[in-house]
Amino acid sequence: MGENTTEEELIDKLALIAAGSLLFAAAPGLAADGPTDPQIAHIAYTAGNIDIEAAKLALAKSKNPVVRDFAQTMLRDHQAVNEKALALVKKLGVTPEANATSEALEKQAAETRQRLSALSGAAFDRSYAANEAGYHKTVNGALKSALIPSADNAELKALLETGLSLFGEHQKHAEHLAADLK
Amino acid sequence: MRGLVAIGSVAALLLLAPRAEAAPQKHVVVIDKMKFGPVPGRIQAGDTIVWINRDMFRHTATATNGAFNIDLPAGAKGETIVRQAGAISVICKYHPGMRGVLKVVK
Repeated sequence: MGENTTEEELIDKLALIAAGSLLFAAAPGLAADGPTDPQIAHIAYTAGNIDIEAAKLALAKSKNPVVRDFAQTMLRDHQAVNEKALALVKKLGVTPEANATSEALEKQAAETRQRLSALSGAAFDRSYAANEAGYHKTVNGALKSALIPSADNAELKALLETGLSLFGEHQKHAEHLAADLK
Repeated sequence: MRGLVAIGSVAALLLLAPRAEAAPQKHVVVIDKMKFGPVPGRIQAGDTIVWINRDMFRHTATATNGAFNIDLPAGAKGETIVRQAGAISVICKYHPGMRGVLKVVK
């Protein structure tokens, strides 16, 4: 832990590395040819739920109207996608299957939540925005390189692609917000 | 008598004709996959823009000059009449990456 690195920077780096490596490397539960549709459904739903919980935390803690507006948008959009995802798995008769990737996402999210919970005011706002930018970037990468190419069902693939169009916008939005708060 | 009525009708139509040319039009803009779709045709002041949100997300069609702010829940439709000529920048206030421009002529 170098003296020159701020705690925030270090944590952000760790969060990115952890989320990235967990998604792509440390996923022993996934077959070599990629996750199955029930696993993909579970990963996508979990990823959305994590951002919903992060948004709720931001709405409970932040007093910055710009941060609160952003969190409201995250909450509204991710709830909309997850409602569609639930309706789709029901229609397809697919039971989402917990797997190493979704468990790793949950673990990472719990750590992030603990870290963010300890912050307040501008420090919380900056950290939340930076985390949102990194989180969406990681999930976008996973959608593009692993989840969308591995999805067999056309409707699931289409929903993931819609999710990617949303996440891409959220990522840019979060990056702008993070830059504005610096 | 019938001839006079006919002449009168033609005259009435001729008088109405210039107004009919300038009749306000409706233009549809579809929002899909986090984007404002293209604006068809030529927009004149007084025309109506019909916004259709095909996304599963809530959007808005918000003029950055404050001229209008249409709330568009998922699957909803909304209308706005453009009153003045000029270029109007439009954004979604929830998704600032979504942008479009309405070019309105007199």
